[in-house]
Amino acid sequence: MLLKEPEITPALVAEHGLKPDEYARILALIGRTPSFTELGIFSAMWNEHCSYKSSRLHLRKLPTKAPWVIQGPGENAGVIDIGDGLACVFKMESHNHPSFIEPYQGAATGVGGILRDVFTMGARPVACLNLLRFGSPEHARTRHLVSGVVSGIGGYGNSFGVPTVGGSVNFHTRYDGNILVNAMAVGIAKTDEIFYAKATGIGRPIVYLGSKTGRDGIHGATMASAAFEANAEEKRPTVQVGDPFSEKLLLEASLEIMAKGCVVAIQDMGAAGLTSSAVEMGAKGDLGIELDLDKVPCRETGMTAYEMMLSESQERMLMVLWPEKEAEAEAIFRKWGLDFAIIGKTTDTLRFVVKHQGEIKVDLPIKELGDEAPLYDRPHVSTPPQPVLTPESIQPPVSNATALLQLIGSPDMCSKRWVWEQYDHLILGNTVQRPGGDAAVIRIGDGPKGLALCTDVTQRYCEADPVQGGRQAVAEAWRNITATGATPLALTDNLNFGNPERPEIMGQFVDCVRGIGEAASALDFPIVSGNVSLYNETQGRGILPTPSIGGVGLIDDVAKSIGIAFAREGDAIILVGDTTGWLGQSMYLWQVCGREEGAPPPVDLVAERRNGDNVRALILSGHLNACHDLSDGGLATALAEMAMAGCMGAKIDAAPAGVPAHAYWFGEDQARYLVTCAPQDAQGVLDALAGAGAPAAKIGTTGGDALQLGAETPISIAELASSHEGWLPTFMRGEAVIQKE
Amino acid sequence: MRAAVLLFPGLNREGDAMRALEQASGVKPILVWHAEHDLPAGTDLVVVPGGFSYGDYLRCGAIAGRANIMNAVRTHAERGGLVLGICNGFQILCESGLLPGVLMRNKDLKFVCRMQHLRVERNDTPFTNRYSRQQIIKVCVAHGEGNYVADPETIARLEGEGRVAFRYSDFNGNIGGEANCNGSINDIAGVYSERMNVLGMMPHPENLIDPMMGGIDGRGLFESLVRAPARAA
Repeated sequence: MLLKEPEITPALVAEHGLKPDEYARILALIGRTPSFTELGIFSAMWNEHCSYKSSRLHLRKLPTKAPWVIQGPGENAGVIDIGDGLACVFKMESHNHPSFIEPYQGAATGVGGILRDVFTMGARPVACLNLLRFGSPEHARTRHLVSGVVSGIGGYGNSFGVPTVGGSVNFHTRYDGNILVNAMAVGIAKTDEIFYAKATGIGRPIVYLGSKTGRDGIHGATMASAAFEANAEEKRPTVQVGDPFSEKLLLEASLEIMAKGCVVAIQDMGAAGLTSSAVEMGAKGDLGIELDLDKVPCRETGMTAYEMMLSESQERMLMVLWPEKEAEAEAIFRKWGLDFAIIGKTTDTLRFVVKHQGEIKVDLPIKELGDEAPLYDRPHVSTPPQPVLTPESIQPPVSNATALLQLIGSPDMCSKRWVWEQYDHLILGNTVQRPGGDAAVIRIGDGPKGLALCTDVTQRYCEADPVQGGRQAVAEAWRNITATGATPLALTDNLNFGNPERPEIMGQFVDCVRGIGEAASALDFPIVSGNVSLYNETQGRGILPTPSIGGVGLIDDVAKSIGIAFAREGDAIILVGDTTGWLGQSMYLWQVCGREEGAPPPVDLVAERRNGDNVRALILSGHLNACHDLSDGGLATALAEMAMAGCMGAKIDAAPAGVPAHAYWFGEDQARYLVTCAPQDAQGVLDALAGAGAPAAKIGTTGGDALQLGAETPISIAELASSHEGWLPTFMRGEAVIQKE
Repeated sequence: MRAAVLLFPGLNREGDAMRALEQASGVKPILVWHAEHDLPAGTDLVVVPGGFSYGDYLRCGAIAGRANIMNAVRTHAERGGLVLGICNGFQILCESGLLPGVLMRNKDLKFVCRMQHLRVERNDTPFTNRYSRQQIIKVCVAHGEGNYVADPETIARLEGEGRVAFRYSDFNGNIGGEANCNGSINDIAGVYSERMNVLGMMPHPENLIDPMMGGIDGRGLFESLVRAPARAA
């Protein structure tokens, strides 16, 4: 028995998130009123999440090419050549809206989705990272969200069997109603065995693989394309449930049939499920697709065509197989206990046809479904420039030693051990630089090559000056990779913003993208994949603009990589880069003085490149024992982090004349590094840097069990560690809601 | 030494275990699928590696503990053959009846992954002959359910018979307290069977076999097994 489908009314169209002009476009395109299922399909394909309708115009301007880029944006993930016949496949994606509603499952399925994007291309995942932004610690919901998101990320990645090696966790009241959960996955494939979504050949079987289809996640992508009103809780049923066990089986089975040469084209079912995967395979290959929904493995009875086409049940794949390899592929999937069903075929009609119980439910032009999606040049206004604050205009409220203890114990700067100890970061036995440093370093297979990986963005800079903020996010990722000794190769971005229909938000987006593009060009650090998450807004209040950057770098021999820890007593400590004492938008100004003001530090991309390239050369030639990039909290914070990591103190010279002490210790000037070397090598290192035009000065010596900044009271390593390690566990001990499933 | 590494759906540290075995013995271990009924002929050592067999959606290791291949493993153990279960493998050995006790959720209900020191309780077993008695070794843990529990009689028997293989310790060899990462009774990190030919342990020696990845204290366990006389019939 078929239920009568609802009539298409303006109210129903609006419920599907389609604007009247967008609906008019549909009518013009197909020349008739769409069926209910067709309306659902348009809603899924034309929402912001899938169509990038507000962002496409601007994303086109980003640099995406380099000799080592094999695949830029537009596929499941970006692909770069890392030599020896190997490729690195990676991408970052958001799961913000679902994670706010149901933090464990939202975060878990975010990890699952991004892992699928990577292994769909034929790569075995070797690392995960993430970037998390939560509301103010004082907000009643924050603890619950932190607890759920962290255990969800761990619950999925740990079971799947990939090390989660790095990330970033910050708090700000502007995320009270919209947290950010951005997950990044990195995999390794052979350059000649990379798989794409593009279908080829007419009459070839389309195969459904993986878990069964249920009613979960229907309209998930549409939810991710709207701002939250007060009733976010009601959206809980649109959040999917993750099953890392099935995903692990899907990984093994998929890689096995790829290795056996069974696969023509493959696409995972992510946002907008069966609809988006089928349309993409056909449209990319200039083919039509015909699906018979009676063949789709369902976990519930009585599912309608509409529900099956829009379900976002997890751990599913769509493939086109070589017909002669069908039986072999099926046997492999059965061995792993997974569903395998032929649900359709490729055609030469360029139509997307869906049949269910003998009826044609959908008959749409396949290319236009993707290509003719609305494209908006939304009005945008730039953020007005903020005043540049002089150090003299900021009075230090406490001693610099006290300020340092406050800073390293603040929510954003404190140790995130509580978080990353819940992630298996050691599985696969290749983690060289573990969480807690600048970038993680993992060995590739049995080495000696390795990858350096990180995620970064400084959202308060982006809010104050989107162009400089966009530049800084890229520059910091580049610096973090450089500080390990690796060469940055490419990045993935995850652009999280508020409602693009407001010109000031659209202005933030446009300018951040501009800044990202400028930095990526100057640093030869192209964008090869990414994701846009808009409408991160609740009751009219948007998040801080947060363009997350996930960076990937390569090092020829992981044995040459170095970490942030002070390594030897008596080493010379050298500061590379110019220090003017820039306190505007600094962590010091916010956390110690209670002010979020001023222009952020400008990013000089020429200086970034010069300083970074020279530091990296010194690392690779074996002259340095430790290296740390300077960012949040400035010089004093970086020194404290190096001291704590090495359980070793240091004695640092007083601030030079001309820079007020508090600005010297806590200013956030960019393009800076701290490096250490044996005392007898110090002059050589300084000469090498000076010869290359990179400003550098010896500022102190490692040793002892306390950090002494000029004439300030020395702080013992134990006292530093107690402040640094204390905040997060104490906060989470409050009334944490621990969830498992 | 001929080693067989079992593979259940959902396990994920089989590669790490195989790498450590091959490094110590120079021989590539054989991977054995769970649906098999027999172990490869001439198997000296069976390793049940870590992971999340069947997703661990039921009690950890409960489904794998009843798989076809476990009958062959029991027979192998009865004949005096060596069996090593690590992490989920330890849970599977408990569920299959090869070892006493059970692994409950960690005391703070959170998954924990960190470097972890252990005290080697004795060095006269096939698994620990390359260590010294009471040696403190650094390995790592990565588990959500490693809290070893057994009834008081069983614990008394294990202690009395010297069947505690490792205890959680700190860098200086102090047992328990903060060093006990999961709340296990008597800080037990691993136990032997009655005949000392089956060992189950929560920590991962297979991830500490390379100086670049944090240390090489895990190698001793695999090198001990290589040196151990083959006892399987």
